[in-house]
Amino acid sequence: MELKFVGIGLAIGLASIAAGLGIGKIVTQAIESTGRNPEAHGKIFNMMILGAALTEALAIYALVLSFMMLK
Amino acid sequence: MHVSVAAEQIFSVFGIPVSNTMLTAWVAIFLLAISSYFATRHMRKIPSGIQNFYEWAIESLLGLMEGFMGDRKQTLKIFPLAATFFFFILVSNWMGLLPGFGSIGLFEEGNLIPFFRSATADLNTTLAFAMISVIIIQISGVMALGFFHYGKKFINFSSPINFFVGLLELISEFAKIISFSFRLFGSVFAGEVLLTIITGLVPYVVPLPFLGLELFFGGIQALVFVLLTVVFIKIATTEMAH
Repeated sequence: MELKFVGIGLAIGLASIAAGLGIGKIVTQAIESTGRNPEAHGKIFNMMILGAALTEALAIYALVLSFMMLK
Repeated sequence: MHVSVAAEQIFSVFGIPVSNTMLTAWVAIFLLAISSYFATRHMRKIPSGIQNFYEWAIESLLGLMEGFMGDRKQTLKIFPLAATFFFFILVSNWMGLLPGFGSIGLFEEGNLIPFFRSATADLNTTLAFAMISVIIIQISGVMALGFFHYGKKFINFSSPINFFVGLLELISEFAKIISFSFRLFGSVFAGEVLLTIITGLVPYVVPLPFLGLELFFGGIQALVFVLLTVVFIKIATTEMAH
């Protein structure tokens, strides 16, 4: 029974680490390119939101799974 | 504390079960219909009030989508669907933050069955949206490229490599349904659980920034759903590069 909770914690924790690293990378690059080309701010921001959402989805899968395992 | 992933049934009409998310979806539809009726009742060249607000919302959304699509005619073709998705998801997401949602209900077997629950916090709703979206993507691909030309993307016997690439493409179309539905559902549902837990820990002041965060995420998730639909349609309607 206790092992189940360790598994749930690991699932969401590992997914959060990966998604955090990914989103960090995306935002870093977006800020860098905005610094180089401030006029393209709007376009870069939209692309950043899209990329961040795709990456964040991976963490959300793990979250949904862990909620389902919690039952 | 009890967390229910599935939506709870509150009553049934002629044997059809009605869940609390269905009720909220109807309320959201009703709100949108009424407000659009009043916005377009007396249309004026120089807009004011609610018509002004609607025009601003529609225009900024259209501009954003045009930036992704790159073509105004094609954007206008899918705009009614995409805008409907956007406004319904946005209203549903934000309705979940209203006081009374998830907190007013009846006790059944020791668990609270709330009367209201945000429509997008139910996997059924988001799955329906995702399937509509993916089917529209396929239809627009077929309409733009022709049935056989579009089908060549998935079933291709010209070489073994192309065959396996086609298989991967086919799987990725089904993965889109899962990713669309889980992203929206997970984000909204997790937000509600987070708010419940924070309010349980510290009832005053502390939940305030989290409410703001959820407001932001509700908007972002609605936007992301629509933008991904638009981007996938754009990918489906452009010719494959060889």
